[in-house]
Amino acid sequence: MSMPPSNMSPSAEAASSQAGTTRSGLAEAARPPREHYLNAGYGIKSWLLTTDHKRIGILYLLSVTFFFAIGGLYATAIRLELLTPQGDLFQPDTYNRVFTMHGVMMIFFFLIPSIPAVMGNFLLPLMIGAKDVAFPKLNLASWYMYMIGAGFTMWSLMHGGVDTGWTFYTPFSSTYSNTYTTATALGIFINGFSSIFTGVNFIVTIHRMRAPGLTWFRLPLFVWAHYATSLIQVLATPVLAITLVLLFLERAFRIGFFDPAIGGDPVLFQHLFWFYSHPAVYIMILPSLGVISEIIAAFTRKAIFGYKFVAFASIAIAVFGFLVWGHHMFVSGESAYSALVFSVLTMLIAVPSAVKVFNWMATIYRGSIEYSTPMFYALGFMGLFVIGGLTGLMLGTLGIDVHLHDTYFVVAHFHYIMVGGAVMGYMGALHFWWPKITGRLYSGFFSHLSALLVFLGFNLTFFPQFVLGYMGMPRRYHVYPEEFQVLHVLSTAGASILAVGYAIPLFYFLYSLKYGAYAGRNPWGAVGLEWQTTSPPPLHNFHEMPVVDFEAYEYKEAPVAERQPYRVVKYGL
Amino acid sequence: MNFDLFDFPIFPEQASTLASSVDALYFFALAISAFFSLLIAVVLFIFFVKYRRQRTGEVGEPIHGSLALEVTWSIIPLIITMVLFGWGAKVFLEIVTPPENAREYFATGKQWMWKIQHPEGNREINELHVPTGVPIKMTLTSEDVIHSFYIPAFRVKRDVLPGRYTTLWFEATKPGTYHLFCAEYCGAEHSQMIGKVVVMEPDDYQTWLAGGKAKSPIAAGEELFAQYACTTCHLEKGSGRGPWLGGIAGETVALVGGGSAVRDDNYLRESIMLPTAKLVAGYDPLMPTFQGQISEEGVMQLIAYIKSLDSEPSAEGSED
Repeated sequence: MSMPPSNMSPSAEAASSQAGTTRSGLAEAARPPREHYLNAGYGIKSWLLTTDHKRIGILYLLSVTFFFAIGGLYATAIRLELLTPQGDLFQPDTYNRVFTMHGVMMIFFFLIPSIPAVMGNFLLPLMIGAKDVAFPKLNLASWYMYMIGAGFTMWSLMHGGVDTGWTFYTPFSSTYSNTYTTATALGIFINGFSSIFTGVNFIVTIHRMRAPGLTWFRLPLFVWAHYATSLIQVLATPVLAITLVLLFLERAFRIGFFDPAIGGDPVLFQHLFWFYSHPAVYIMILPSLGVISEIIAAFTRKAIFGYKFVAFASIAIAVFGFLVWGHHMFVSGESAYSALVFSVLTMLIAVPSAVKVFNWMATIYRGSIEYSTPMFYALGFMGLFVIGGLTGLMLGTLGIDVHLHDTYFVVAHFHYIMVGGAVMGYMGALHFWWPKITGRLYSGFFSHLSALLVFLGFNLTFFPQFVLGYMGMPRRYHVYPEEFQVLHVLSTAGASILAVGYAIPLFYFLYSLKYGAYAGRNPWGAVGLEWQTTSPPPLHNFHEMPVVDFEAYEYKEAPVAERQPYRVVKYGL
Repeated sequence: MNFDLFDFPIFPEQASTLASSVDALYFFALAISAFFSLLIAVVLFIFFVKYRRQRTGEVGEPIHGSLALEVTWSIIPLIITMVLFGWGAKVFLEIVTPPENAREYFATGKQWMWKIQHPEGNREINELHVPTGVPIKMTLTSEDVIHSFYIPAFRVKRDVLPGRYTTLWFEATKPGTYHLFCAEYCGAEHSQMIGKVVVMEPDDYQTWLAGGKAKSPIAAGEELFAQYACTTCHLEKGSGRGPWLGGIAGETVALVGGGSAVRDDNYLRESIMLPTAKLVAGYDPLMPTFQGQISEEGVMQLIAYIKSLDSEPSAEGSED
C-alpha cells in the first residue's frame, strides 16, 4: 500500500484553496470556492425542491434544531415544576402532557433523525466519493414525510397535546386517555417512513456508490456506523408502524388487541413497542459512535486502533439490539425464564460497546492530540457513555432492576446514553464538520466554553437522578415526597447550566456564517475524502472523481497540507 | 420541615429480608462501575496531557491494533457481565419466588388508589399494615390500566395488570412507616397513587387487626358463591352441570379441543370472567360470563373460597 506522491500537481481550482489547511497559520490565505452547493441556486424553490443531499441535510438541520428547542422548552418546564415537592406550576394533567411531549419531540423528531438525517445525509456521499445518495428524490421525500409527521404531532400539541408518555402503554393509551393520542401516533407513523427512506438510501448508497478503490475496510467508521443504523431503521421501524396501527384500530374501533376488557393483552403492546424502541436506542447512539471514531482519528492524527473490531462492533450492536427488548419488561408480567434470557443477552451487548471504548483509548495512546472543541465533545462523550453503559448493565442485572425499574435511575441512565451519548456526539459532529458545511470557522473560546458547560451541566442534572432512583423516586411523578427535594434542586440547577451550554452555539454558529474566517478545504488537517473537496463542497461534491488507494485514517509524518491523498482523474467518460 | 442542605437521605432504608440481598448486589455493581469509570477517566486524562500535539504537522504513532488486546478487553467485560448476570439471576429468583408458608394478601389497583385486603378480611385503602418476621405474598390485579406496586424500602416492585394476577412477596424486618408507590404511569393522578406501608411488631399487628371489623375473604367468597348462584351447578362430583370445585387449585386438566391447563389463580379468574376460554373436557359451555358483574375483590374472594374447599364434598354441600 503506497501513498501517492505528495507533490502531485493539483488542479488549478484545488490549488487556490489548498493552502487553507491548518487554521493557525494559513487560514487567512483561504478563499471560498467560487461555486458551491450553497450558491448553486437561490430562492425558496431551490431549497424545497432540492435533491442535493447536502441541502437536504441542511433542511433537516434546521428542522431538528427547531424540535430540539421545543423539546428543550418542555424539559425546562419539567425541571421547574420539580423544584418543589408540591405541584405548583402545572395541573397534573398538564404536567403529564409536558413530559410526554418532551419525550415525543426529543426521540422521534430530534434524536432519531439528528445524526443520520443531518450529518449522514450531508457527509455520506462526500465520505465515499459519490455525487449524491442513491435515490435523491426519495431523500427529499424523507424530509417531507418527516415534516408531515411533525405537522400532525404539532397539531396535537397545539390542541392540548397527549398524556400517555412517549411509550403509549396500553390500555391507558388505547382506552383511558382523552388526549390526542391518534393524531400524535399518526405523526409518528408517518415520520417512521422518513426514517425508513433514509435507511434504504444509505444502504444502497454504501453498497453501490463507493469511489473506485474504496473497499469496505477503507470506509470511514462513520460509514460503518451508519450502515448498521440503516439496517435497524429499515428492519425495526415497520414494527413500530404496525404497533401504532393496532393501537389506532383499538382506540377507534374497539378491536381488542391490547385491552383485556375487550379480549386483548396489554403486555403484547409492550413487546411490540420495545421490539422497535430498543433497537431505536441504537439508531440514536450508533451514528454517534461513528462520529466519535472520526473525531478521535482526526484529532490524534492516528488510525483508529483495531479498525475492524470497531467496525464489526457496530454491526454486532445492531444485531444484538434486536434481541434485548424484553429487558424493559422484567417486572411487567413476562415469565421469569424470559427475563433470564433477556438479561443474559443484554449483558452480551455490553461487550461490543466496551470494545469500542477501549479501542478509542488505545487510539489516543501515543496520538498527537489537538485540543479542539470536537475533541472535547468526544472526550465528554466517552465519560458519559461509559457511565451510561455501566448503569445500563446494572439495569440489565435482574436482581437490581426489580427495584430500579421505572425510577429516576432509569431516567438518568437513558439520558446518559441519549443526551450524554447521542447529543454529545451530534454536537461533536456539528463542530467537526461545520467548516465543511458552511466554509466558515467558529469561535474557539465560546465553543470550548459551551462544551464545558454542557458537560458540567449535564452531570449536575442527571447524576443526582441516579441517587434519586435508588432512593425509590418513581419516574413521571408530578409531586413527590419532601425528602427527594434537595436532589431535585441540584438537578434543576444543572439543567439551567445545560440550557446555557446548548444556547451558546446557536449564537457563535450564526455569527460565523457572516463573520467567521474562511475554513479552507481541510481546517483540521484530517484525512478522509470529505476534506479533499472545497468547503463548502461544489454541487456535485468533487470536481474530479476521487480514486482511493489509501487506507482509512492514513496519517503520515508530513504536513497534511501538502498532501493530496487521492489520485485525480477527470470525469472524461 | 427543618431544612438542612447537608442533611438529606441518599440511600433508602432496608426494611425487608430481600433488601440486603439487593443492596449487596447493587454495591458490587456500583463498585465495578466506579472502578472502570475512574480507570477510564484517569487514563484518558493522562493520555490527554501526555500526548498533546507538540508541533504542527506531527502525527500519531502508526499503531493499528493488537489481537491480544482485543481478546483481553472482550473477555474481561464478558466475565464481569456474566458474574453480574448470575448473581442478578439468583437474587431475582429469590424475589419472584414466594416461600410456601407466605400469608396471602390481595391488592387491587385502580385510578388512583390501592385497595388492600388482609387474609383475616381487614380492608385498607392506600395503607398496608404488615407484621415483621412473616413472609407475605401479595396477589395483585388492576381494575383499569397498568399500575405497578412498589415498596422501595423492601426493594420489591411488580406491575399490576388488568385482567390478570401478578404476585410479589416480602418479609418485613423493621417496624416503621414506608412509601408505597405506583411506579407505572397510569394517568392524571399517577403521582398521587401513593400510600404507606406500616410495619408493626406481630403483637401490635394482632391488636391492629382486632380493631377492624372483618369478614375473611373465604367467608365473603362463600357468600358471593351463593349470591351469584354458583351453587346451582357446581355440586358434588358428577351431580351438577359443572364440576365440583374442591381441591382443583393447582391441578392440570384436559381442555375441550385438546391441550391442557394448570388451574392456577389466573386460570380460575379467567374461568369466572370468560368461562368458555378454557373449558374443561367433558363439560358443555353453559356457564355465563361474569365479566363486569363481579368486582376484582369479589373474584379474589371467590377464588379464596374455592381454594378452601375440600376435594371431597361435605354432606352439607350436596343438600342444595
